[in-house]
Amino acid sequence: MSQTFKGKITSRRGFLTSAAAVGAGAIVAGAAKGATPDPLITEVQPWAQGLGDGVDATPYGLPIEYENDVIRRNVEWLTADTISSINFTPIHALDGTITPQGCAFERHHSGAIELKKEDYRLMINGLVDTPLIFSYADLERFPRENHVYFCECAANTGMEWAGAQLNGAQFTHGMIHNMEYTGVPLRALLEEAGLDTAGDLSDKWVYVEGADASSNGRSIPMSKALDDVLVAFKANGEALRKEHGYPVRLVVPGWEGNMWVKWLRRVEVTDSAVESREETSKYTDTLADGTSRKWTWAMDAKSVVTSPSPQAPITHGTGPLVITGLAWSGRGAITRVDVSKDGGKTWETARLAKPGEKMALTRFYLDTTWDGTEMFLQSRAIDETGYVQPTKAQLREVRGENSVYHNNCIQTWWVRPNGEAENVEVS
Amino acid sequence: MSKFLKTTGLMLAASIAASPALAGNLGLGRAALPEEIAAWNLDVHPDGTGLPPGSGDVLTGEEVFAQKCAACHGDFAEGVDNWPKLAGGWGTLADKDPLKTVGSYWPYLSTTWDYINRSMPFGNAQSLEPDEVYAMVAYILYSNDLVDEDFVLSNETFLDVEMPNADGFIVDDRMETEHALWVTEPCMENCKEEVKVTMRAMVLDVTPQVDTPDAAAVETPATQVETTVETVPVAAADPALIEAGESVFKKCKACHQIGEGAKNRSGPALNGIVGRAAGSVDGFKYSKPLMAKAEEGLVWTNEALAEFLAAPKSYIKGTKMSFAGLKKEDDLTAIIAYLASFGE
Repeated sequence: MSQTFKGKITSRRGFLTSAAAVGAGAIVAGAAKGATPDPLITEVQPWAQGLGDGVDATPYGLPIEYENDVIRRNVEWLTADTISSINFTPIHALDGTITPQGCAFERHHSGAIELKKEDYRLMINGLVDTPLIFSYADLERFPRENHVYFCECAANTGMEWAGAQLNGAQFTHGMIHNMEYTGVPLRALLEEAGLDTAGDLSDKWVYVEGADASSNGRSIPMSKALDDVLVAFKANGEALRKEHGYPVRLVVPGWEGNMWVKWLRRVEVTDSAVESREETSKYTDTLADGTSRKWTWAMDAKSVVTSPSPQAPITHGTGPLVITGLAWSGRGAITRVDVSKDGGKTWETARLAKPGEKMALTRFYLDTTWDGTEMFLQSRAIDETGYVQPTKAQLREVRGENSVYHNNCIQTWWVRPNGEAENVEVS
Repeated sequence: MSKFLKTTGLMLAASIAASPALAGNLGLGRAALPEEIAAWNLDVHPDGTGLPPGSGDVLTGEEVFAQKCAACHGDFAEGVDNWPKLAGGWGTLADKDPLKTVGSYWPYLSTTWDYINRSMPFGNAQSLEPDEVYAMVAYILYSNDLVDEDFVLSNETFLDVEMPNADGFIVDDRMETEHALWVTEPCMENCKEEVKVTMRAMVLDVTPQVDTPDAAAVETPATQVETTVETVPVAAADPALIEAGESVFKKCKACHQIGEGAKNRSGPALNGIVGRAAGSVDGFKYSKPLMAKAEEGLVWTNEALAEFLAAPKSYIKGTKMSFAGLKKEDDLTAIIAYLASFGE
């Protein structure tokens, strides 16, 4: 669960002031030598003398207390109640690409339920040869696969359509996580039930439904269901957390998070889309003329600089600076990320930590030198289809300003000479 | 659609090598029984497939709605606080900030019936009879001026209702309207003349202040209600009973908060409720009948709470609390123990 921050860090302003002082000192001293001997080195410290915790002090380990500000957070005014709400992954404070489950964003429609493995049932029904019921133990007997995929809520960055609103990468881009899933291809379960009854599969659908009170259900075209959809029961090597659908959730690579039905209880083969609440009244994109796009499933290429950013200001003064961020595409692998320091006048190609993988987060770095002048930091992702992440102006030109979902625009952070950064929109 | 199928077909071919080979039928699972399928296979399609027989009229719907939905959605389906508005918004879809309701936006009536039937009321889903759902949907249509007050919705009249925005949707066309524009070699130098800040998040100032701890504590007034009765005999707290009560409290969570940082929602925050004078939570707007009881000196003793929670609507006629009541004595004892475990 997300919680109100109760850590020990002083106010942000106080933090920045002291950090600036350190920065200034560093400029004078450079890398050459310190002015006075460092007592952390010259004096014996308690941790170098006494003893630490024994094994088993924490049978399941949590991050050390000094990291207790790296947590999910929500924006209270967004929703009526936390039971039907969303919170945000602290992407500004993470590195690499795998999101730890404990701080991966949550989205519930009727709260995170507690469903035991022994009470778990999965029904396959509809246009199948034999409607089947699987227990959790049954699922573990199918051949398994492992894949890393990002899950992005269609509403990620949605609050930014009308203009720069939320001041932090966690809030503008944190409705995303990226995990290694272990599970069974949905195709295997459908084939176990038999698809001869369905006849021509090219116009068939599956309707997938969760076990919680919201009965969240979505229609997925059969071609996708038979391609790469996974019925997952492990994430990052361990059981799913209850907030992510324990014991079993659906993984729909590259497609909007709402389709990744949690607490998956039923898959029905149908001859048409159900047109459920979540695929008509929600997760549809209203254009300038009032008509709306539906079935906008794939998440287009997108990226964001996670540091520096409003919650991760530059605290070390001028000199070497690592600019880093994340890029992803629901239509394939990221092939390139460019970074601009001047709001899009000029661009440099960033270094990818690893070659991009299909429908998974890619980490990028721009190892640079900061001269202390203001920057308008932007990043733009390019995926294997050649698609270049658009600006907000380009998106608005096609869609107008009333969209809520699928905002994959280029983000700008205004970094000031004191190292602070702010979410802005630029011309 | 066809284009989409071709693309995924290609992806399918490419991914075969990495997947474990399936030996066909593994003989896992068991056949689903007809009763089991009937219990879960509830979804309703736009053409009415899946609708059970039944009917309900607008006036019955109004009563059911007032009892089970109005606490969040308002008496006239106009929405309370941030809860969804179900009526109004006609002709606003092309405006700035369109109002999307069942009447102005939802393309299929089946969606409303299906969603209410399976997912509502919030916190007590799948508790409605088909006739109640027909009646509620009829009332929502009436609230949207789509039917007259003598209208009866049934599985037979269902397809007669015309939804105003039925033709308002197109299938995803991003590949044609966007990708065609943005698959280009991007500019690297001299891409624009000037860069000006046109909007700033800090000016708008709507970001949660995560770096100022104890903000919640400052908001809560230090003074508490003085009318608390002298002593309430609370049996020594039994942890198992409190735990059972926590489970019962799930029925209340849609409207009530309790514990650290609890705030008023559709219902008042409940910290310190046991032993407290009725109607005394700061900042909560109570119903008139409840305030009348409060003026008569009602105090939420264990006994009063038990009586109220067993049948809220008969204990206080006209209370806003749309909750049917707890029927089991054990549940009542447990929830009161749970409530009593939270002081002010």
